[in-house]
Amino acid sequence: MAARETKISVKGLAKAFGRNHVLRGLDIEVEAGTSVVVIGGSGTGKSVLIKSILGIVEPDAGQILIDGQDVLAASRRQAQALRGQIGMLFQGAALFDSLPVWENVAFGLMAKAKIPRDQARVRAVETLEAVGLGEPVADLFPAELSGGMQKRVGLARAIATRPAILFFDEPTTGLDPIMADVINDLIRSVVSDLGATALSITHDMASVRKIADRVAMLYEGRIIWEGPAKDIDASGNPFVDQFVHGRADGPIATIQAPQRRAG
Amino acid sequence: MNPLALTGAAVLGIVSTLGGLVTFALRALSRGIVGPWYPRQILRQMLDIGYYSLPVVGLTAIFTGMVLALQSYTGFSRFQAQSAIPNIVVLSMTRELGPVLAGLMVAGRVGASMAAELGTMRVTEQIDALSTLSTDPYRYLVFPRLLGGVLMLPALVLVADVIGIMGGWLVSTVKLGFNPVSYVNSTFGFLSTGDVVSGLVKAAVFGFLVCLMGCYQGYMSRGGAQGVGTATTRAVVAASILILTSDYIVTEIFFSH
Repeated sequence: MAARETKISVKGLAKAFGRNHVLRGLDIEVEAGTSVVVIGGSGTGKSVLIKSILGIVEPDAGQILIDGQDVLAASRRQAQALRGQIGMLFQGAALFDSLPVWENVAFGLMAKAKIPRDQARVRAVETLEAVGLGEPVADLFPAELSGGMQKRVGLARAIATRPAILFFDEPTTGLDPIMADVINDLIRSVVSDLGATALSITHDMASVRKIADRVAMLYEGRIIWEGPAKDIDASGNPFVDQFVHGRADGPIATIQAPQRRAG
Repeated sequence: MNPLALTGAAVLGIVSTLGGLVTFALRALSRGIVGPWYPRQILRQMLDIGYYSLPVVGLTAIFTGMVLALQSYTGFSRFQAQSAIPNIVVLSMTRELGPVLAGLMVAGRVGASMAAELGTMRVTEQIDALSTLSTDPYRYLVFPRLLGGVLMLPALVLVADVIGIMGGWLVSTVKLGFNPVSYVNSTFGFLSTGDVVSGLVKAAVFGFLVCLMGCYQGYMSRGGAQGVGTATTRAVVAASILILTSDYIVTEIFFSH
C-alpha cells in the first residue's frame, strides 16, 4: 500500500504557563485521511496542543507543519490560509449565544466562503440534517437546545465548509453514554464522508475505540506511545495500560500538584 | 517583602496593564478600520448603546436639570442673582453634566454588559471559535462596539442636554415663578456653539473609553464565572475613573485659554 502524505506534523512543540511546562517537546504526525486520537489525563496539555495548531495559543518553541508548510514561520495571511482548512468542534460546543442555530452553522460559510445569507441558510439546514437535526431547530437559539443537540450543532458548524482537517476537543464530555455513541458515530461518518484528516483529544475510551485509526498517548508534555487503535489493549506500555483500564495504581501519578491552564 | 520591591512590582503592574490596554486599542482600531466591516454588528451595537440607553440617560438628565435649577435658586437668591439660573443650567448641562452623567450611566449599563458578554464568550471558548471560522474577533466583536460608543454617546448627550434644560425650565417656571418665554430666550441667548461642541467631543471620548474598558476587561477575562464578575466590576470602575480624568483633560484643551 502506498504511504499516505503527512497532513499535520508537529515537531518539538513546547509551551509553558509560568512555571508550569505543559508541553515539553511534543512530536506527532497525522497522515492525510486518517483519524488520530490523542489520549491523556486532565491537565496534560491535550487542548494546548490543538489550540497551538489553531493559533489560539502561541507556543514557546517547535514547528507546526500543515501540508509541509510551517504555520509558525508563515506570514499572517499564509498561516490564516493554512489554518482555514481546519474545522473545530469545541468541548462545550462554543456556539454563539446571540445567533440562532442556522446562523451558527452558516457562520463559516458566510465568513470563509462569502456565500450570501439566503444560500447559506439553505446549506446550514442541509448540514443540520446531516447531523440528525434540521429545519425545526434552525431558528432556535443555542440556549434552547440540550447538550447533545448543541454538540450536533457544533459538529454541523465544524463541517459546514467541508474542511480538509477536523479537530474534536473532548467530543463526548458531558453527554450520556447513548448520546456519546451517537456523536461518535456522527464523527466517524462525517470524517469518512468528507475524506478529512481528523485529530481528536479525549479521555473517553469508548470514543477512542469508535473514532480512532491511530492513538497517541500524551504524558508529561510528550507523546509516550503511538500506534494503531487496534493495538491499544496490547500496547505493552504500562502508562497506556493504566490509562486504558482506568486503574488508580500504576506509573501515572493520580494526585498532582494544582496546575494552571492546561487542557 | 521589601517596600521598594513592592513599589516596583506595583509600577510594573500598572505599566504592563497600560501597555496591554494601548496595544488592544491600537489592534482593534487598525484592524477594524481596514475591514472587513460587519454592518449588522455595528447597527446592533448602535441600537444597544444609543436607543436602549435613552430611558436611563433621559431620566438622569431631567432630574439633574431640575435639581440644578432648584439648588442654584437657593444659592443665587441670597445675592439677588436668580436671573443667572437659565445660564447656569444650560452651561452646566451642555459642558459638564450632560456628557459626564450620560458617560457614567452608559458605563454602568453598557460597559458592564460588554464586559460580561465578551467575558462569557471568552470563558466558553466562543472567541476561540470565531478565530477558527476565519473571523477576527477584534474586527467582529471589538471594533463595532468602539464605533458604536463613539457615534452614539454624542447623540445621547445631545438628547440629555435638551431634556436636562427642559427639566430646569420646568422647575423654574412651575415652582420658582420664571417667565417661560424669557427663560428660553435667556437660555439660547447665552448658549454658544462651543459649549455644545465641547460636550459632544467629551461624549465621543467617553463613549470610546467606556466601550474600550468593557471590551478589554471582557476579552482578557479568565477563570469562569468569578473571572467574568471581576471583569465586569473592573470595566465599570476603570471607565468611571477614566471619564472623570479625561473630562478634566478635554476641559483644559477647550477652555484653558
